[in-house]
Amino acid sequence: MSWKTIDRTLPMVEPGAAPVLSDALRAKIKSFFPRYDTKRAVLLPALHVVQDALGHVSFPAMKEIAEVLEIPPSAVMDTLSFYTHFWTHPKGEKVVTVCRSISCEVMGGREVLDAVKLQLGVEEHQTTSDGKYSLATEECLAGCDYAPCLLINEKLHKCVKASDVPKLLADAGNDKVSMPRSDLFDGPKGDASGPSDLPDKVETTSDVSEMREAD
Amino acid sequence: MAAYEPVLLRNRGVEGSTSLKVYESRGGYQSFKKAIKMTPDELIEEVKAANLRGRGGAGFPCGVKWSFLPKDRKRTLLCVNADESEPPTFCNRVLMEHDPHQLIEGTIIAGYATQAQIAYIYLRVEFHEQFHILQKAVDEAYAAGYLGKDIGNGYKLDIYLHRGAGAYVCGEETGLIESIEGKRGEPRIKPPFPAIEGLFRMPTVVNNVETLSNLPHIIERGAAWFTGIGPGHSSGPKLFCVSGPVKKPGCYEGPMDITVRELIDRDDFGGGMVSGKKVKAVFPGGVSMGVLTADELGMKMDFDDPRNYGLLGLGTAAAVVVDESVEMRMVLRNLARFYGTESCGQCTQCREGTGWMHKIATRIAEGAGRLEDLDILLETARNMGMMPGLSICGLPDGATYPIETIVKKFRSELEESIASQPQGRSDLVLSVLN
Ligand SMILES: Cc1cc2nc3c(=O)[nH]c(=O)nc-3n(C[C@H](O)[C@H](O)[C@H](O)COP(=O)(O)O)c2cc1C
Ligand code: SF4
Ligand code: FES
Repeated sequence: MSWKTIDRTLPMVEPGAAPVLSDALRAKIKSFFPRYDTKRAVLLPALHVVQDALGHVSFPAMKEIAEVLEIPPSAVMDTLSFYTHFWTHPKGEKVVTVCRSISCEVMGGREVLDAVKLQLGVEEHQTTSDGKYSLATEECLAGCDYAPCLLINEKLHKCVKASDVPKLLADAGNDKVSMPRSDLFDGPKGDASGPSDLPDKVETTSDVSEMREAD
Repeated sequence: MAAYEPVLLRNRGVEGSTSLKVYESRGGYQSFKKAIKMTPDELIEEVKAANLRGRGGAGFPCGVKWSFLPKDRKRTLLCVNADESEPPTFCNRVLMEHDPHQLIEGTIIAGYATQAQIAYIYLRVEFHEQFHILQKAVDEAYAAGYLGKDIGNGYKLDIYLHRGAGAYVCGEETGLIESIEGKRGEPRIKPPFPAIEGLFRMPTVVNNVETLSNLPHIIERGAAWFTGIGPGHSSGPKLFCVSGPVKKPGCYEGPMDITVRELIDRDDFGGGMVSGKKVKAVFPGGVSMGVLTADELGMKMDFDDPRNYGLLGLGTAAAVVVDESVEMRMVLRNLARFYGTESCGQCTQCREGTGWMHKIATRIAEGAGRLEDLDILLETARNMGMMPGLSICGLPDGATYPIETIVKKFRSELEESIASQPQGRSDLVLSVLN
């Protein structure tokens, strides 16, 4: 048996490369600070903001998020890697997420998944060569009354039949929900001043940032 | 029987039901105005008297949970659990889609009763439309002065939406707390319970969307009205989900005295099976509570009766019907995969137990099972979870019940399908699986 060695000296972040987070993105991330007791708590919002803007969260992006939140980059990676929603490498323009849980399976979800695979020519967690679609599966999407269902970016497609799949994937507007909205993470319009009686320092022993401070 | 007047779903189907204007025109925010004149202790007593039991799955009395908060606390935080990820549950989604202000009003009442000044609504990321509807409603509530600085009686409340990122275990209250703190959603060892030390190490209350949506009605009509609905220990209106091959899958409301059969067959609920399909099995409380056979549909959808059928509890009261055309080994694999992939991996018994059950169920489904696998499944199921004291959270208990009840109640079918596997199949499958 031969051991495959990885060259761990390869930098995951090119030194001297231009920053990937724009000032606007950084400002958007910082706008969440008043909502939480710790900066680390802004991590999930920050990851959403970055992925929504850039498509995925690259290693340089992780490092820069860490700087903004004043936590170690490893803490960003630690959290990110827990959640299936975040991509560390480029994904397709649209992500098709097919539900594989029980109501959908009983109602023919497996055939729908097969039809999507056939149509796109990719397996789960792969992206089509034109960069248009990535395929994912997820447990129950809480749309079981419309089983089988799938999500294309933010739009839930209900009662999907395998025979509908080619048409569905060809439709240009299949990933948008049309509704009035406040911008994805815009704060409340009223009082966004945050808690008035915050303690000066919150003790969160399990918080890496605090541990680092103590060093 | 007199027709049941919906309470929680009374605004569903009303034109513009998500807007503040329509909500107010139908009596909305009157309970808030009444509540804010009461003292927090009076509110807690009222909710205790109503015996409002948590709708998130565990059924713990809401008022009692609030009273665990330390009396001398300086701050309280409130988390609204809108993670809704138990298959096949979607009642919280329906509540947020059709009546977001009802949830916000309930959140304000809970916030005032517990003296919380911030409420985080933890929303699963797949809820895109619901996120926009809810954020818009929150904005409206701020503009109208129901949220923000001094909303009455010197009380101040901010509501922030916090989006999850795809993890079942973040619905568990301490996993949810870790997730808001920006960490992996790994549940915490209890005690301390969140009421003593939760989010940011502050006393914290976690409540489900449906639990909170009940509050405006309890304040408006009183505890006695609430306990008058439904049987014994299961008072108040309840949402039931039904999905699978029924004529009208959906979310319905009623008192907790209906049976599973009524939920499937009655015209004002599921409307019966689609033609040509016959019930084989039903998971009546979300998959984690366990399975019923077609002979057990007399079970009442309340907090007590499920135990008589070997189930864990009422759970989320979301029923999925499995019809005769579906093989139980396929169902077994689907559920085993769910727990196997959603275990957070902190506890050995849960991580390995759900992992092995997934592998065993997969090989049974693929036609490479062995008869002794069924006993191994049972043994594994019995040896993980909070109940035998081997885990941090309740996820593996929720895995035990469906696996155990499927194997016990459908054993002969599983044995038959294992016995009738094609020769040589197991070698083939095992070589692929291992
Ligand atoms: C693995 C697991 C997943 C859970 N998922 C949810 C969920 O998605 N939504 C929810 O409200 N409660 C969920 N719960 C229950 C919560 O831990 C908690 O009991 C509930 O939010 C309390 O609210 P309630 O008292 O208002 O019901 C889950 C529990 C476990 C063990
Ligand atoms: S029981 Fe399972 S899901 Fe819960 S904390 Fe332990 S490993 Fe994680
Ligand atoms: S099982 Fe597919 S949405 Fe619930």
